[in-house]
Amino acid sequence: MARTTYRVLNGRGVTFWSIMALHALVILIGLGATYYMEHNGHIVTGMNNRIVWGMPHVFAIFLIIAASGALNVASISSVFNKLAYKSFARLSGLLALALLIGGLAVLVLDLGRPDRLIVAMTKYNFKSIFAWNIYLYIGFIVIVAGYLFVQMNRGTESWTKPMGVIAFVWRLVLTTGTGSIFGFLVARDFYDTAIMAPLFIATSFLFGLAFTILVLSFTCFTIRDQLMNKEVMNKFRDLLIIFILVVLYFTAVHHLNNIYITQHHGVEKFLLMDSPVYATLFWGGQIIVGSLLPLFILINKSLGSNRTAMTFASILILIGGLAQIYVIVIGGQAYPLEIFPGWDEISSSYGDGQIADYMPTLPEVLLGVTGISLAMFITGAALTILPFLPQPISDE
Amino acid sequence: MSDFINGSAGGSGGGCGKEGGCGCGSQSNSGSDIASAADFLETGQPQTRRGFMKAAAALAMTTLAPGITLFAVGGGSAEARPLDEAASSKVRWGMLIDASKCDDGCTKCVSACSTENGWKDNGRPDTDAQWIRAVTLKNRKTGATQTLPMMCQHCEKPPCVDVCPTGASFKRADGIVLVNKHTCIGCRYCMMACPYGARSFIHEPLEDQKDYAPRGKGTVESCTLCVHRIDEGRLPACVETCNAEAGGALMFGDLNDPNSEISKRIATYASIELRSGLQLNTGVRYQNI
Repeated sequence: MARTTYRVLNGRGVTFWSIMALHALVILIGLGATYYMEHNGHIVTGMNNRIVWGMPHVFAIFLIIAASGALNVASISSVFNKLAYKSFARLSGLLALALLIGGLAVLVLDLGRPDRLIVAMTKYNFKSIFAWNIYLYIGFIVIVAGYLFVQMNRGTESWTKPMGVIAFVWRLVLTTGTGSIFGFLVARDFYDTAIMAPLFIATSFLFGLAFTILVLSFTCFTIRDQLMNKEVMNKFRDLLIIFILVVLYFTAVHHLNNIYITQHHGVEKFLLMDSPVYATLFWGGQIIVGSLLPLFILINKSLGSNRTAMTFASILILIGGLAQIYVIVIGGQAYPLEIFPGWDEISSSYGDGQIADYMPTLPEVLLGVTGISLAMFITGAALTILPFLPQPISDE
Repeated sequence: MSDFINGSAGGSGGGCGKEGGCGCGSQSNSGSDIASAADFLETGQPQTRRGFMKAAAALAMTTLAPGITLFAVGGGSAEARPLDEAASSKVRWGMLIDASKCDDGCTKCVSACSTENGWKDNGRPDTDAQWIRAVTLKNRKTGATQTLPMMCQHCEKPPCVDVCPTGASFKRADGIVLVNKHTCIGCRYCMMACPYGARSFIHEPLEDQKDYAPRGKGTVESCTLCVHRIDEGRLPACVETCNAEAGGALMFGDLNDPNSEISKRIATYASIELRSGLQLNTGVRYQNI
């Protein structure tokens, strides 16, 4: 088999630079929004003492999950020896790093005291899954960077497989850790379950591949038709279908498990039926837009192997993904804590017994979107500097 | 109501019990007060009027019984921790709340806490700090209603401490759960983890803080059991006020001492922990809910 050669992104043109400029602008606006939030305090956000994690966390978690999933293409190539994916391994690693950095940036900038980042890096409570996640994130960056290095450096290609295996195992552990941030919360009915970890892993596969397809479609304009040939399209299509079904499976198990447990009926009824916000986002966002519509497009072979249709399906998947994370993060907090079971009416200045209100404000949404733009900007810039993209056969 | 407290209060490094501390500075305050008192005896010239008052109080404390000193506060009495001793796990501070003694609509404990610790009602309950809140419960079938105070339950195994990435949330040896204001990064994971909604995030700039209860925008806080008062041998402000001005629903004391009034009461009458299924062994217990 011919050796794959790689190239930097040539023929960038006006469209590429326009997109890069747009991302840069969003990043600048996001930094301004962050300064505004930090200067005035979180009072200028929609977050409060009951919805303590808001839109920034939705975007951050979305990006961090997608990051580990973006590495999937590289893992399939290196760990499972699927040569068809090998040419995308470098791009996959790059995207994984960029998405993680984007997500972490949002997470850090939303801290009440982002100036104390050094404290978070030097003082650890090893019983905290959050502290473990800091190690997992840093480790992921180091390992994936090393994985990219051995792929791109002459003479170290033989290290690609062992590094790929380490990166694959690490990414599974990382997403397990991200899911466990919620899974370990005993206080709240919607969390406190081990299924959050595999649910997040399944979700990461889906988001990561959708992001990979979008980057190929929107960044590599001149060579995208050659890169995403029929064989690649068919494989991506099959993978997307499988990942959507697996996410649906874990989502169903999570909800059915809660529906079986009487104690959790309240939160399930709230999220799936009663709440105009969360029920709409769940059924309309995650299930219809994020799962059923893409499935319809992908299963229909005449559409599914079409690059434009697959790009559209990927956009729908990510919109549905944001809705899914919103329901998990915000909806799970909005339902009141069951502190006084057996009492019908509970009232207090804190809002005990009541559904918590949350209306995101512009600054926090801008901060969240900044994470996506940062990830895409890093990816675009790296593609122009280093040879991450495979050389299309017709160019050779 | 008397002799709520049996045993000695303790702490290391003031209210925070850690190197760097939470900054509540109760030990340093007390220490400097006594030093000021000694200076006053020698020179007869306290530096300020405030210093004189504090020095006089500290002097009274040491004169009564150096090391182990009785205070008579709000109908109860307490023993101060010797200043050179760290907090001891031999003591476990706790509170027993008799909900049947809480009057409907009474918020005296809330006001006392607010005044003592310097947090305010800004008219924005969603984002205002609430170290303690009055909760009203109603049973629609029977029509029965009940009001009770809700605050940090000072768990033996606090989920907030488990999840805090930097260890800023911590439990002192004597069972008081606190936040180290120097190492809290404002991630709010402790608020996600608290089963009682007892923690507040400081959403806006602050003014007029109390020196013994430092607070900071962008960090998390909650009831400290008035650790600065406990270390001085005084009762928490809510307990003192409830005893003096309301129904005496709050009892404070050492849960580890079988001879303390609170332990005797718990041993005699049924009491519950909120969300007992989580098996957190809370330091705050309720009767007659």
